[in-house]
Amino acid sequence: MIRAQDLVKTFGEFTAVDSISFHVERGEIFAFLGPNGAGKTTTIKMLTTLLKPTSGRVELDGLNPAVQQNEARQRFGIVFQDPSLDSELTAYENMDLHGVLYHVPRKVRIERIERLLKLFELWERRKDRIKQFSGGMKRRLEIARGLLHTPKILFLDEPTLGLDPQSRNQLWTHVKNLNESEQVTVFLTTHYMDEADRVADRIAVIDHGRIVAQGSPAELKRQTESDSLEQAFLALTGSSIRDESAGSADQLRQFTKMWKR
Amino acid sequence: MNAIYILWLRELKRYIRSRTQIAASLGQPLLYLLALGFGLGPIFQKSGHGSYLQFIAPGVIAMTVLFTSIFSGVSLLWDRQFGFLKETLVAPVSRITIMIGRTLGGATVAMIQGVLVIVVCLIAGFRPVNLAAVPFAFVFMILIAIVFGALGTAIGSVLQDMQGFQLIMNFLVLPIFFLSGALFPLANLPKALGIVTSIDPLSYGVDGLRGSLIGLSHFGPAIDVAVLCILAAIFFGIGSFLFSRIQL
Repeated sequence: MIRAQDLVKTFGEFTAVDSISFHVERGEIFAFLGPNGAGKTTTIKMLTTLLKPTSGRVELDGLNPAVQQNEARQRFGIVFQDPSLDSELTAYENMDLHGVLYHVPRKVRIERIERLLKLFELWERRKDRIKQFSGGMKRRLEIARGLLHTPKILFLDEPTLGLDPQSRNQLWTHVKNLNESEQVTVFLTTHYMDEADRVADRIAVIDHGRIVAQGSPAELKRQTESDSLEQAFLALTGSSIRDESAGSADQLRQFTKMWKR
Repeated sequence: MNAIYILWLRELKRYIRSRTQIAASLGQPLLYLLALGFGLGPIFQKSGHGSYLQFIAPGVIAMTVLFTSIFSGVSLLWDRQFGFLKETLVAPVSRITIMIGRTLGGATVAMIQGVLVIVVCLIAGFRPVNLAAVPFAFVFMILIAIVFGALGTAIGSVLQDMQGFQLIMNFLVLPIFFLSGALFPLANLPKALGIVTSIDPLSYGVDGLRGSLIGLSHFGPAIDVAVLCILAAIFFGIGSFLFSRIQL
């Protein structure tokens, strides 16, 4: 379903992604793990048409996203690391807007929005504006929205960041169920190893832009002779702390926070 | 087509829901109209130019449309910051479609604001001289809205943060307004100022509005329309180009 072949992305002198190859089977839940700055988000951006690879190939459901951009976009849903809802619109309006942008016919749209909002327990709040939503509700809505156009692949970039254990638990239950009921392939990144251990069929560990290990959670644990995936992860990537400089978006966010007070 | 409509609708919904903003944005034109209109009125009258309120009302209307449309374009910055931009940029629709939807939405909002200010002007005592020419005023309002909505989008595509926004406000939007002849007649200006005003795109919008509302025109309506149409096309082209190059 997803295939990356010798994928490279350089920004000037810096090599963010250094010739990685992997493939994700149809219906699989694939976790992409790595420390901060390892190249996870850059990889997701290349897979989802937001960034052109410096070299190498990507294939999504048989399509080349760099060339057949819109066809490829129609086939995946994505939940970004940061929120991407319009907070002045209601939950329903956010869904509807997405449906129109993804060419979902009106009748199907109405049915599917209702089904997904009910599934994610947001139907009662459909007429509320997003600014009144909690972090967990926003994330659920984003996943529901990402599935509205019945994509074949769902990309989740650190979907549980900043959520409480209850919301995280509920969110993964939903993802697991959807993976089964809608046959959707899931490509996710997370920093929580227990989550990856719980939901992922297969895992790739990326560090310094290179894939250092690939396999099922059990295989990775066996390879590193660890009891938990957390230990396996540390064994593979070392335990030194990676500092990432804040991007412009983060700086902007800090700046407005300063003014709001 | 549907995508354009839904993005247009979004701009409109966001506008209607920001009631405090609507009220606040009417305050400034009102201030100009009352403080300058009545404050400078007697001097203007004495110099033999007639009623100053009549004279600046079209300028104040143009100002409202300018501010609203340029901000709706620059609001791209907010969309970028709060993440919604990503949702539209990763959707299977072309950037130009998104750009058209946004610009039309912003233009519609600017028109609504403009009409509200016309009502305020009427209440303050402004009277159009020729009712039959009033529809042309709307044409000029639309043109101003598109020119500056596209310019705003172009700027919003390039800017990365809020500091830049303040800069644009002080060094672009305010000069465009003050040097447009919104507040003073364009005839008999010092040469340098005359040249600057004739470069300012808003001059042609104000002139067109003044022509349709009080029958007073410096450049002539044909030139006003022509200049605004050409600028609309150019700015829209530049805006689309810069918007299409946004990387996340």
